[in-house]
Amino acid sequence: MMATEATLQNDTLQTHGEVHDTASIAALGFWIYLMSDLIIFSGLFATYVVLSHNYAGGPTGKELFDLPFVLGETALLLLSSATFGLTMLTMRKGEIRPILLGLVVTFLLGLGFVSMEIHEFNLFIHEGAGPQRSGFLSAFFALVGTHGAHVACGMLWMVVMLVQLVTKGLTAPVQSRLLRLGMFWHFLDIVWIGLFTVVYLMGVL
Amino acid sequence: MNQTHHDAAGVNTGSIKSYAIGFTLSVLLTAIPFALVMTGALPHSGTIFCIFAAAIAQIIVQLHYFLHLDTSSAMYWNLMSILFTFFIIFLFVGGSIWIMHSLHYRM
Repeated sequence: MMATEATLQNDTLQTHGEVHDTASIAALGFWIYLMSDLIIFSGLFATYVVLSHNYAGGPTGKELFDLPFVLGETALLLLSSATFGLTMLTMRKGEIRPILLGLVVTFLLGLGFVSMEIHEFNLFIHEGAGPQRSGFLSAFFALVGTHGAHVACGMLWMVVMLVQLVTKGLTAPVQSRLLRLGMFWHFLDIVWIGLFTVVYLMGVL
Repeated sequence: MNQTHHDAAGVNTGSIKSYAIGFTLSVLLTAIPFALVMTGALPHSGTIFCIFAAAIAQIIVQLHYFLHLDTSSAMYWNLMSILFTFFIIFLFVGGSIWIMHSLHYRM
């Protein structure tokens, strides 16, 4: 009896160790992906900085950008990053309900951000400041649009995780995926700091 | 069981305190450059210096408090890969600006 218990415990420990390793290796692999994504953004940033004064007689950033509106977008994204962090903390308790709630709140904040960005793009295009207007605007739409597309992908991922949480429960693979989704979401907030500074603040100055 | 669950996902998920500090610092480091640009309180070059300093500080804050990046052995390869990536970005962006600026100057 004692022997069996000891073996069982040992077994649990071993599996537990393996799962832990898989999760941290997967997290590192995902981190490497994020770094390569950062290279994509740096290419777009370089393009934007080089073309940022090529207005071709079109509108400048100073005329186009509405800084308080952009501050609203920043607030939504930063808040969503924080709510996702808190969601990850509740994962320790092993209850599904608070995680679902946290994911839904984060999703709605992300939706608010994307809606505001689409509204901004729509406004520019209707003012005749679409991506075809000047080199500056092409680079602007490419850079900001790529970030927006990433945020939209993150939201799709959240929907998938909501479905998996409901159908599969809080299993080790699901937790590991949530962890990587968190990395992705925080990463997008960090890229936005660069956008806010280089595109919007510098554009208005 | 819950304990096993938590440990199975492993890897650092931080604490409420770390998220609160990260969030507060991020809000401050967004509000300061925003206020500087809106009010124009500083001269042009001073404002540019401040907004970039605030951006770099905020990136470090979020990497540390949200992504839990530090100098611990568990984070060694994450740290090395991001430092290498920053080096590549420096070459990419810095090189592009240098070459194109020089081209504008000569043409």
